[in-house]
Amino acid sequence: MSQSAYYVPAQSRWPIYASVALFLMAYGAAHLINGLADQGGGLGLSLLLAGTFCMAMILIGWFGNVISESRGGLYNAQMDRSFRWGMSWFIFSEIMFFAAFFGALFYVRTLAVPWLGGEGEKGVSQLLWPGFEAQWPLLTTPDMKQFPGSDGVINPWHLPLLNTAILVTSSFTLTFAHHALKLDNRPRTILWLGTTILLGVVFLLFQLSEYVEAYQELGLTLNSGIYGATFFMLTGFHGLHVTLGTLMLIIIWLRVLSGHFSPKHHFGFEATAWYWHFVDVVWIGLFIFVYVF
Amino acid sequence: MNTLTRNVECEHTEHGPARGLSRWFFTTNHKDIGTLYLWFSFLMFLTGGCMALMIRAELFQPGLQLIQPDFFNQMTTMHGLIMVFGAVMPAFVGLANWMLPLMVGAPDMALPRMNNWSFWILPFAFAMMISTLFMEGGGPNFGWTFYAPLSTTYAPPSVTFFIFAVHMMGISSIMGAINVIATILNMRAPGMTMMKLPLFVWTWLITAFLLIAVMPVLAGVVTMMLMDIHFGTSFFNAAGGGDPVLFQHIFWFFGHPEVYIMILPAFGIVSEIIPTFARKRLFGYASMVYATASIAFLSFIVWAHHMFTVGLPLMGEIFFMFATMLIAVPTGVKVFNWIATMFRGSMTFETPMLFSLAFVVLFTIGGFSGLMLAIAPADFQYHDTYFVVAHFHYVLVPGAVFAIMAGVYYWLPKWTGNYYNETLGKWHFWCSFIGVNLTFFPMHFIGLAGMPRRIPDYALQFADFNMVASIGAFIFGFSQLIFLVLVIKTIRGGDRAPAQVWDQPQGLEWTVPSPAPYHTFAEPPEVK
Repeated sequence: MSQSAYYVPAQSRWPIYASVALFLMAYGAAHLINGLADQGGGLGLSLLLAGTFCMAMILIGWFGNVISESRGGLYNAQMDRSFRWGMSWFIFSEIMFFAAFFGALFYVRTLAVPWLGGEGEKGVSQLLWPGFEAQWPLLTTPDMKQFPGSDGVINPWHLPLLNTAILVTSSFTLTFAHHALKLDNRPRTILWLGTTILLGVVFLLFQLSEYVEAYQELGLTLNSGIYGATFFMLTGFHGLHVTLGTLMLIIIWLRVLSGHFSPKHHFGFEATAWYWHFVDVVWIGLFIFVYVF
Repeated sequence: MNTLTRNVECEHTEHGPARGLSRWFFTTNHKDIGTLYLWFSFLMFLTGGCMALMIRAELFQPGLQLIQPDFFNQMTTMHGLIMVFGAVMPAFVGLANWMLPLMVGAPDMALPRMNNWSFWILPFAFAMMISTLFMEGGGPNFGWTFYAPLSTTYAPPSVTFFIFAVHMMGISSIMGAINVIATILNMRAPGMTMMKLPLFVWTWLITAFLLIAVMPVLAGVVTMMLMDIHFGTSFFNAAGGGDPVLFQHIFWFFGHPEVYIMILPAFGIVSEIIPTFARKRLFGYASMVYATASIAFLSFIVWAHHMFTVGLPLMGEIFFMFATMLIAVPTGVKVFNWIATMFRGSMTFETPMLFSLAFVVLFTIGGFSGLMLAIAPADFQYHDTYFVVAHFHYVLVPGAVFAIMAGVYYWLPKWTGNYYNETLGKWHFWCSFIGVNLTFFPMHFIGLAGMPRRIPDYALQFADFNMVASIGAFIFGFSQLIFLVLVIKTIRGGDRAPAQVWDQPQGLEWTVPSPAPYHTFAEPPEVK
């Protein structure tokens, strides 16, 4: 078997199964969300759960295929580069997804809210909500009946600072794991990778307790105006990405445990590491622009 | 030695496609997936076209005759969404699937299974989107640009399904674009350096970059809509400190690169066809590449020219006006190069060339009206009138759609092994050409005279031109059936085409037999 030829897989059932599962998830989610107001949407929930379950099974099967092909030696160096390009551009698309929310944050902070407060030559907003004063964080909204504002915001120098330290540390521990893998030191790889996963889980638990504090003590909710909206959407999507990254790390950890990867070939590990570092960088942006300033 | 078709579980060697429907459902072959994309796109083209004909039928005369205003709004919305996301974009992806591996000398796309997934998401996404028309409260009725608060506070309940359909289309586009980029950057045959790439490949490389950069932004904006509608956020509601104009900024940050996503591959196709039928090398290859890259770069800093009348600060108006006008420079380079390629060439006028020539002339008209719209003070008059409708239909129909048709005629003999019927092709071209111009040229006049877009009724003075436009639309619409018949006839038979198909065309795709075998370039060719 020549290593020179590019591996073109035979027919596969996974893609169309995944399309059906994705459709079930999307249709179910839409049905569920539309039913939230009138306590309906039971069908939506079942569709969503069924779709999610199918998707998980499909991904396990699909990635399982890829892993066995990879371990079977079917992938040459060119294939490896395809995966690298694929993962790089996927992460770029994720960056642009966050860019949309960061863009929204910068726009409302520097333009929309000051304009609402009467700054600039437009100033018509003063006709709608006279007396509204622009401030950031926006604790008092123009219409307090519809969007009740909040009593305060999360103190960046407590949990968020700790979380920053945790995530930055986790990037280091992951790099230690990578070096250990390159030196074929499996026990150390397992140890450092396990530490990284632990740090990820601790980060998520802290985020969760921060959300509880925001909702119960500060009255900072999705509904409390544009500050709450940008705060929860940015940190929430980041949290989802950390969750996904942690799941990926767990899978990689299990694969290391069962003897996968070699010191030279371990792109699955590297791709997950890239993703983890990306999530880390996004957090730094969040810490600076959402919490501190 | 055939290592290509080896499979982990079963070691038997396959030479051709699988039998029956499973071929299409489970395929990983770039040619099959290209075919699926192209047929899907044509189906959506007819669906969106029927909606356009409903709009034009209602506008045949002033007054309300056939459909209710709310349904009219649903038709304008769905027509736009289906044509943009369902017809034009998948058609280009289909052409990319078929041609990129052949053009760069690759055995297939870089990630063939993901390629199949990219396609099969689309039928489900569009089924979901079109099904909204039959839901309580009707389908999306807020225009294809779905501006908040029309699409949030005042939207029908089906908007939730629309949002998830857009998410699915976005996933499909991003995966497709990643595949295209990986294929071009990693799968080129030895010796195929970047500056030897055919222009269709270059334009697609840049298009794929645009797709990966902006489709996530679209996903972001529809997510904000979803949160505003159902979970109490106030992104687009000033009462909570947000801003409806924020929606327009984010949407058009996606939307403006999106219009180049729909035209850059068209530039590539035309740059392949004109040299073949002028029997000259493309004039200014390198400048074409740099012009495409410049257009892509500029597309990120011009978005607010769609929003001149929303009350932007003066500096914003001025910046976006001049940045927009800059785009005319690289576009002008392209038009100049096409004309210079034809200058003193031995020209013949087969159907692909006719469509390409029409593209150059009519796209340029669309470009000029775009330049008019870019002038901020003048745009206050043109904004939201039929002049805008005329402008973007000139760049999209005789622009993008004609280029797709040209590409299909150009490569159809390569795909099927048969020449198409040139007489039928010419009939299709002339009917389309006349139909398109009858439809959209009068819209310039009624737009300048002040007829607003997206309104089912109009003042009496616009009646004559509207009637002409409606007649043109029906001519254009029904002449696409000629195309359908022609393609089916070509698939079933016709004069056998040799490998080269045309008179000494350039490119690796002409070195493989016609029809192109199921697997090509298992051993990469050597490019000198």
